[in-house]
Amino acid sequence: MSATLPVVASLFGSIPEPMVQWVVWPTIKFVIAFAIIMGIVAFTTLVERRVLGFMQARLGPNRVGPQGILQFVADPIKLLLKEDIVPAGAQKAAYFIAPMLPIIPAFLVFCLIPFGPPPTFAITDVNVGLLLILALTSTGVYGIILGGWASNNKFSLLGGLRSAAQMVSYEVPFGLSIVGVLMLSGSLSLVEIVHRQELGVWNVLPQLVGCFIFLVAMTAEVNRAPFDLPEAESELVAGFHTEYSGMKFAFFFLAEYASMLVNACLIVILFFGGWTLAIAGKGLTTETMQTMGWLGLSLGFLIFAAKVAFFMILYIWFRGTFPRYRFDQLMELGWKWMIPLALVNIVVTGIVILLVRNGGA
Amino acid sequence: MIPTSWFLILGAILFSLGVLGVLTRRNGITIFMSIELMVNAVNLTFIAYARELGSLHGLMWVFFIMAVAAAEAAVGLAIFIALYRHRETIDVDEANLMHW
Amino acid sequence: MTDPLMLTGVSLALFVIVGAIAVASSILVVSMRNPVHSALFLLLTFLCVAILFVSMGAEFVGAVQVLVYAGGIMVLFLFVVMLINVKALPKEKVFTATSMMGVLMGVLLFIILAIILASGTWAPAVNAPENLRTAVVVKTTPVVDAGGATIQTETVTRDVVGNAEAVGMALYRDYLVPFEVASLFLLVAMVGAIVIGKRELDASEEEAIPEFIAKKVSDEDRLKEVTGA
Repeated sequence: MSATLPVVASLFGSIPEPMVQWVVWPTIKFVIAFAIIMGIVAFTTLVERRVLGFMQARLGPNRVGPQGILQFVADPIKLLLKEDIVPAGAQKAAYFIAPMLPIIPAFLVFCLIPFGPPPTFAITDVNVGLLLILALTSTGVYGIILGGWASNNKFSLLGGLRSAAQMVSYEVPFGLSIVGVLMLSGSLSLVEIVHRQELGVWNVLPQLVGCFIFLVAMTAEVNRAPFDLPEAESELVAGFHTEYSGMKFAFFFLAEYASMLVNACLIVILFFGGWTLAIAGKGLTTETMQTMGWLGLSLGFLIFAAKVAFFMILYIWFRGTFPRYRFDQLMELGWKWMIPLALVNIVVTGIVILLVRNGGA
Repeated sequence: MIPTSWFLILGAILFSLGVLGVLTRRNGITIFMSIELMVNAVNLTFIAYARELGSLHGLMWVFFIMAVAAAEAAVGLAIFIALYRHRETIDVDEANLMHW
Repeated sequence: MTDPLMLTGVSLALFVIVGAIAVASSILVVSMRNPVHSALFLLLTFLCVAILFVSMGAEFVGAVQVLVYAGGIMVLFLFVVMLINVKALPKEKVFTATSMMGVLMGVLLFIILAIILASGTWAPAVNAPENLRTAVVVKTTPVVDAGGATIQTETVTRDVVGNAEAVGMALYRDYLVPFEVASLFLLVAMVGAIVIGKRELDASEEEAIPEFIAKKVSDEDRLKEVTGA
């Protein structure tokens, strides 16, 4: 790391090398990543409204700045200045903590995601990276349950309980759909998974079923349409965040969009070759990018960003296209279709891997 | 390197707190949480010994303990739901039908 | 030595801080009146223990700890606490003879455990955490001659980097039977939980379920009914 940026690295001359490598650099990277992600998340809200407007043949926000492009600055300012209401009978402490809980894991996960060719764009490369990501994303549900419970409002509570049931249910196919990829790459490290794909093909081809299940589960995990039952406005007012206003509401909002971004990054890394554009080791591989220097590295980042942007748009597309599921249909889809399908996918993948290896040997 | 004993002592503290919770509380769900705390203290001890001995067997036990803890939580909480339905309480002192 | 947790100062500070948080929050688990608060502090304790697992070189178990306890068990706890009316909390008297006995027993147990443990080693661990991190996998392939008799066995030794792989190898080779038993055990627990937790509906409640949820009408028929097609 210090070899690529000698000037900056020399600033830390007095700090022992392992500290620089393991503490200082990741911190700097994380702060930069955090700032960029906050920007992207805020910008996504604008993009969502514009794209939805386009899909529904209307304009969308277009007043603040040219083409409404500054709307994403105006929204947080508005939310910041709004009155912070605490409902009577709310559990004060829990009500206050709840919006913070989903946002911590949502942003913490970005520490583990490589945004481009390593080591420059990867904050950390943990050997159990994927498992840790699953673990962290599974803790995001607490804020929602707690927020729903602490609000002292039956709609909030119902929204919170629905959300808990939904997220716990869809965590299972979410995890199971990844197993096929893990079997193919033989590693839990995201960098390694991408590396395997550039040497062969994108995992989406051999793992089409897994990719499909992942896509459905990741949409359900972040409570997006067509699985946005926890906040179904026609039945539950606004679900778990009915009683939240101002910045606390913004935190829930931010966490949802950050989780969307995490899942979009994950699907790109797991199934669509991450930052590479290569088949069977030919094309833009990590190695080519690293030999090209900063240009190549930035190119890798841009490729990654473009792929992620596609999936972010896909979320919005889903919202503009599909009607909302009923709760019993949602549970049925999760438990009776997605989980068995994912299990069959694992078994078939295992058999195929076994046959190919034995045939090749 | 942190000495193994430190982890063991920490595990002992957590375990004792769990025991304390089980013995003093009347709320069934809190008692259950105390049991989970004890289970976790045991896990900590297992991992500490696994590190001390440089062996994977401790880790394996932790996996099985986690499986047992998950099963226990599922069944136990179902029992408390059933109890609440019949008795409208989760006070363990009230569940004394089999008590002589 | 590239492991940050090997830096004595950092690992010591980590242990002290995380351990203190774990102890403090577990005290709060057993002392909070509201089970939701207890559950949240228990969650904090679990996360602290997970950090300690990682600091001992067992990243895989640490991640599984967060996944199983934080992602599964505690959500279940919170779910049940919310299903059960919070107003029905039992009245807990703190300074009764029983609870004082409980406290006494807890303290006594700790003293006994401390005495046992204190007589043990206070020296640094014999084996470095790398031993948890790398396992040597030995693959044996019998070499057979033309007649089919085994002349010798070729052993392939390989260093496994990554706790996950080491754990996986141990779990699916040495502990295969216990693993299968555990899966069966989980199945039994699942069936048991459903049977115990399930509520029989009485006739009036049975009536109240909308037809489309009771699956008396298929979704297609329902769609036709709604759209009038």
